[in-house]
Amino acid sequence: MAGAAPRRNRTVVPDPRPPLARAGADSRFTRTVLTLIACGFLGLFVALPIVSVFTEALHDGLGPYFEAIKTPDSVAALKLTLLTAGVSVPLNLIFGVAASWLIARYRFPGKSALTTLIDLPFSVSPVISGLVFVLLLGARGLLGPWLEEHDIHIVFAVPGIILATTFVTFPFVAREVLPVMQEVGADEEEAALTLGASGWQILFRVTIPKIRWGLLYGVVLCNARAMGEFGAVSVVSGHIRGQTNTLPLHVEILYNEYNMAAAFAVASLLTLLALATLGAKKLVEARQHAEPVTRGH
Amino acid sequence: MAAVTSASGGAAPARGRPGHPLARRRRGFATGILPGFGLSLGYTVAYLSLIVLIPLGGLAVKSAGLTAGEFLAAVASPRALAAYRLTFLAALAAGVANVVFGIIVAWVLVRYRFPGRAVFDALVDLPFALPTAVAGIALTALYADNGWVGRWLAKVDIHVAYSPAGVSLAMLFVGLPFVVRTVEPILLDLDPQVEEAAATLGASRRQTMARVILPVLLPPALTGFALAFARGLGEYGSIVFISGNMPMKTEIVPLLIVTKLEQYDYAGATAIALVMLLASFGLLFLINTLQAFLNRRGAR
Repeated sequence: MAGAAPRRNRTVVPDPRPPLARAGADSRFTRTVLTLIACGFLGLFVALPIVSVFTEALHDGLGPYFEAIKTPDSVAALKLTLLTAGVSVPLNLIFGVAASWLIARYRFPGKSALTTLIDLPFSVSPVISGLVFVLLLGARGLLGPWLEEHDIHIVFAVPGIILATTFVTFPFVAREVLPVMQEVGADEEEAALTLGASGWQILFRVTIPKIRWGLLYGVVLCNARAMGEFGAVSVVSGHIRGQTNTLPLHVEILYNEYNMAAAFAVASLLTLLALATLGAKKLVEARQHAEPVTRGH
Repeated sequence: MAAVTSASGGAAPARGRPGHPLARRRRGFATGILPGFGLSLGYTVAYLSLIVLIPLGGLAVKSAGLTAGEFLAAVASPRALAAYRLTFLAALAAGVANVVFGIIVAWVLVRYRFPGRAVFDALVDLPFALPTAVAGIALTALYADNGWVGRWLAKVDIHVAYSPAGVSLAMLFVGLPFVVRTVEPILLDLDPQVEEAAATLGASRRQTMARVILPVLLPPALTGFALAFARGLGEYGSIVFISGNMPMKTEIVPLLIVTKLEQYDYAGATAIALVMLLASFGLLFLINTLQAFLNRRGAR
C-alpha cells in the first residue's frame, strides 16, 4: 500500500450550523478579499515598519549594532529611561489602586466627574503635557522665581522628565484596574472584615491577589508608555546629552546627525520593549480566560 | 407590611447600599462597611491635583495674563492658521481611512478563522505600544524616496515623506487601533439571528450588510473615529520625523507650540496650546456623549 494515493474521504461533514446561518455567511470570494485587505493593511502599515527597524539597525552588521548600543550616551539614556519609569510607574500604580478602590467601592458626590478627570491626560497633546510644566516650574514660570531662589531645578533637568512622564502615564493603571475591581465585587473583602482583618490586610491579602492580572496589564502598559514617551519629555528635557536624554530623545539626536544605523539600533531596543508589552498582554488575556474571575453582583 | 417599614427602611437592602443598617448614611454618600474611604478619596484627589489639575490650571492662569491683542496675534497668525488647517485635514483623512480599514479588520478578526490570525490580532495593538519616535523614523525610512515603499511610489511621482501625506500617514499609524478595538466588542455581541432573520426575509447578503450590520457598527466606528482623530490632532513624536517641518506647508500645531517655546515666545505657545486644549476637551465631551448614548442602546 505504500506510495498509494490516500483514498479521498468522500463523506461530507455535515455543517453543524443551522441552514440559515450558512445562508447569511459571506461567500468564499468575499472572505478571501476582505482577509487580504485586512492583512495587507496591517502588514503594510504595522508589520513592515517593525521589520524595517531591525533591518536598518543591523544594516552594518552585529558589531556596529552593539557598538551603537554600548556608547556612553546610549547607556546614560537607557539609565535615565529606567529611572524615569522606575519612579513614575510605581507612583501611578499606587494611585491606580487607590482611585479604582475609591470609585468601585463607594458612592459619593462628584464620582463621575472624578472618573472623567482621571482620563484627562489621555486627551492632552504630549507637547502640551510638557508645556504645562515649563509654564509652571520653568525659569519664567509661575513658580520659577521661587524655585530659583531655593536653587531647585526641575525643568530642563531629571525631575521635570519624571513629572512630565508621570502626567502622560497618569491614567494607565487606573484605567485597567477599575473595570476589574468593579467586576470582582467586594464579597471577599467584606468576609475578611467580619473575620477581623485590618484594612491593609484586606488590601494586600484579598484585593490585590484578586485584581492581579488587571494590575499587571496596567503596569505593563504604563511602563511601555513611560519608557517610550517622546513629546512631553522632549519639551521639558532641554536635550542635554548624557544628562537629560532618554532613549527616545537619543534616537532623535542620532537620527538628526544622520547616524542612521545607531538611531535604528537604539530604536530596536524600544521596539523589543513594545513587542514584549504585546506578549505580556496576550499572556494576561490567556490567564484571565484560564481562571475566570468570581463575578460580583 | 408594617414590620418591613422599620428602621432599616425597606426590604433587605444590599450591603453597601443606602438603607442597609451597616451603611454610613450621609447625603449622596454610600460608603458601606469597607474601610479606606477617607484615605483613598484624600489620596486620589491630592495626587490628581498635584500631577494633573494644578499644572493644567497653570496654563489657564498664564493665558489669562495675555492681552487680547497678544492672544489674537498668536492664535490667528497666517502660520498658525496654516498649521490648524494641515493638522485638522490630515487627522480627518487619517480618521476616515481608519474607519474604513478598521471596520474591515475588525470584521475579519471577529468573523473569520485563518492561519496567522493571532499575529494580526496582536499587530493591531502595536501602535499603542511602540514609542512614537520609533514609528516616526521607521515610517520615514519606508516612505522616503529611496525607501522600500517610497521608491515604488516615487516612480508614479507620489512623495509621502516630507509632505502633508506623510503627516496623515503617521496619524493613520498612531490612530489605527482605536476603530478596530471599539468596533470589535459590538461585532462580537451582534446576534447572528438578526442576520438570519434578514436572510429569511429575502435580503441579499449585500442588503443585509448595508441595512442590518453597518447601521449597528456605525456608532462604535464613530467613537473610534473621534478617538483616532483626537489622537491625531495631538500627535507629535511620529510626525516631526516624517513631515519635514516646513512652516506654512508641513508644520503641525504641536510643532508650532514647540517652535514658539524654543524661541522663548511663551505667550504665543500658551495661546496656541489653549486653543488646542479646548479643541481636545470639546472632542472628549463629544466622545463621552457618544459612549453614553451607546451604553444606553446596549443596555436596552
